[in-house]
Amino acid sequence: MKKKMLSLVLAGAMTAVLMTGCGSEGGSAESGSAADGAATETETTEAGETEAADAQDGESADDAQAAGGEGGTFKIGGIGPLTGSAAVYGIATMNGSQIAVDEINAAGGINGMTVELNFQDDECDAEKSVNAYNTLKDWGVQVIDGCVTSACSIAVADKTAQDSIFQLTPSGSAVECVTNPNSFRVCFSDPNQGAASAQYIGEHSLATKVAVIYDSSDVYSSGIYEKFAGEAANQSFEIVATGAFTADNKTDFSVQLQQAKDAGADLVFLPIYYNEAALILTQASSMGFDVKFFGCDGLDGILGVENFDASLAEGVMLLTPFAADATDELTVNFVTTYNEKFGETPNQFAADGYDAIYTIKAAAEKANITADMSNEDICNAMQTAMTEITVDGLTGAGITWDASGEPTKDPKAVVIKDGVYTAM
Amino acid sequence: MKAKAGKLSKTTKNDLITYGMVILTYIVVQLLVSSGHVSSLVQGLLVPFCTYVIVAVALNLTVGILGELSLGHAGFMCVGAFSSAVFSLAFKNTMPGGLRFFLALLIGAAAAAAVGFLVGIPVLRLRGDYLAIVTLAFGEIIKNIINALYLGVDSKGLHFTMKDALSLNMEEDGLMLIKGAQGVTGTPNDSNFTIGVVLILVTLFIVLNFIHSRTGRAVMSIRDNRIAAESVGINVTKYKLIAFTVSASLAGVAGVLYAHNLSTLNALPKNFGYNMSILILVFVVLGGIGNIRGSIIAAVLLTLLPEVLRGLSDYRMLIYAVVLIVMMIFNWSPNAVSFRKRLKQRLGIGSRKKEA
Repeated sequence: MKKKMLSLVLAGAMTAVLMTGCGSEGGSAESGSAADGAATETETTEAGETEAADAQDGESADDAQAAGGEGGTFKIGGIGPLTGSAAVYGIATMNGSQIAVDEINAAGGINGMTVELNFQDDECDAEKSVNAYNTLKDWGVQVIDGCVTSACSIAVADKTAQDSIFQLTPSGSAVECVTNPNSFRVCFSDPNQGAASAQYIGEHSLATKVAVIYDSSDVYSSGIYEKFAGEAANQSFEIVATGAFTADNKTDFSVQLQQAKDAGADLVFLPIYYNEAALILTQASSMGFDVKFFGCDGLDGILGVENFDASLAEGVMLLTPFAADATDELTVNFVTTYNEKFGETPNQFAADGYDAIYTIKAAAEKANITADMSNEDICNAMQTAMTEITVDGLTGAGITWDASGEPTKDPKAVVIKDGVYTAM
Repeated sequence: MKAKAGKLSKTTKNDLITYGMVILTYIVVQLLVSSGHVSSLVQGLLVPFCTYVIVAVALNLTVGILGELSLGHAGFMCVGAFSSAVFSLAFKNTMPGGLRFFLALLIGAAAAAAVGFLVGIPVLRLRGDYLAIVTLAFGEIIKNIINALYLGVDSKGLHFTMKDALSLNMEEDGLMLIKGAQGVTGTPNDSNFTIGVVLILVTLFIVLNFIHSRTGRAVMSIRDNRIAAESVGINVTKYKLIAFTVSASLAGVAGVLYAHNLSTLNALPKNFGYNMSILILVFVVLGGIGNIRGSIIAAVLLTLLPEVLRGLSDYRMLIYAVVLIVMMIFNWSPNAVSFRKRLKQRLGIGSRKKEA
């Protein structure tokens, strides 16, 4: 009897939660078109997202958005990990995107439309990512700016293709992220980076014997490694040692380094993220292994690692689309704004997020998108416009896209000299 | 007649309420969906609900009925998910969807059952918490193996390696089935809510009938007093193994449902790590150990909660944890229990008066 009562109460609670869930979602979908409804929504998203930004700033942005609504609002939905171990990437992308949105709104929006960004957390989990996407759909999203990570991007790409919603992933680098005609990306694909690195090393005769240390449990790292090894066969150097590690085992690299040393490698290729790379550099120096290091965009940020002796990174080369120390006006402005708002130096993910918003803007202007168009029309128009635009962004000048969704831009190689990234 | 029905049904009635609850929820949700009253968020959550309900019920069989602690049910889910996803991907274009999914279900369940059986053989002979330790390790091992596994198929047959994709030596037109850390990509979307609910009902049918069967009673007698059970001639290891294998295979079914709901499947700590195993255990503990209906409700509530809290953005994980603690206290703390008793007594007296 008591159990029955309890289960009844719980069942009641469940139904109640389900109902409130439906109720509020339905409500927001209705108010999406009304101007005042949109204003209140902006407030909630703003308050949640730019927490690090001071409240004053957030409010003034709200006012601007609420006031400048004559062209309607253009709803961009972002998806990325804001909690959990990959939160660094998601938060950076969100912040970068937010800066772009604020700039665009201050300059009059896209085709007179005010841009609204709603960034949802996916915890770097494909299932949660689809939930985040559905949340955005209930909010009335028109274009998806996401996902930040590859696996989530693939899962969501499947759903956006079904619903005909245009998707631009800032940093989903796996090949499968853009297989659908409605999905595009800003960053390089993994294979692209691997092949480009191998060509760069070969063409500039940087080494004859190369060792590779990579993270076999990481999609990004193993993706680059595979193409690198494939392309290396066509180049003037040979791979003499390959050391793999996994996410559970990434603090001691002495075995892999010893292997590389014994094989007589004169360059070590590190297609990994900067935290592990910092450890590798430290351990290599303590075992007296003096060798050149070459990495990809994941190494960007290595100078900012805490308790890392930055002089060890001297001479490290990396192929990256974005260097925060670059001196062109766009980068300087972005880095200054980012620093003011969020109190840190932006990494490549922030730059990708920033470029993604400007790419959406360029495509939307080219396609003459208006706020009252249906998602399918927007998707079709954007899809065509994407192949016609050229974007000068933080992660490359003159970026163009073809129908496959891959960007075409030149990889930039930089070398760390006197503690700063210097173009090679 | 009426009296007989009443007598018969102490358990049957209870079971029927459980089935009824699931079917009623299904009908209500379907009506709401067809009349457009359900948000896309909740619609997208319907299949995950089914997945977690099934795995929670499966774990309840181990924890509540068998009385052993398993911390590896996410691992069994993982086995079911990957074995079935590989099958479905390999036969994506050569088999009709319905038949393919049915076979995928059988394969997932069988694979998980086989692994559960193997894990169970050495461990279930022992007394104490060894099952928890071994299943915990098992879940982590499975995840790491799959992350290092490369499997492809081309005209020459299957290729398999633990090294990297290049050493598979595949032909150009070969199909990658499992691509190491990237997992399985492109699994057909065969799961839907109706299939999920049917699977829940099948799971309930298996579990509830198992509990009330001769075997189930033997299992419960082992849980309650192993020495007494042994003394009346019950083969302890055999019955433990039966219950555990059934539980693992049902977790595998949940994995199949999970794998066919998303087009990408990776073995991340997030979805198949021990955190997930603990989360499933939380469903069971919150719902009441041994209480199948409770597991269903807890699984649905706790899957829904973090999504409903999305409005709180940065604070939602914090609030989720707080709600979890509050629920645990409400359900299990002695003070809360006695408070609920008093409350119920008062309400109970009230309702009795009304009846009179």
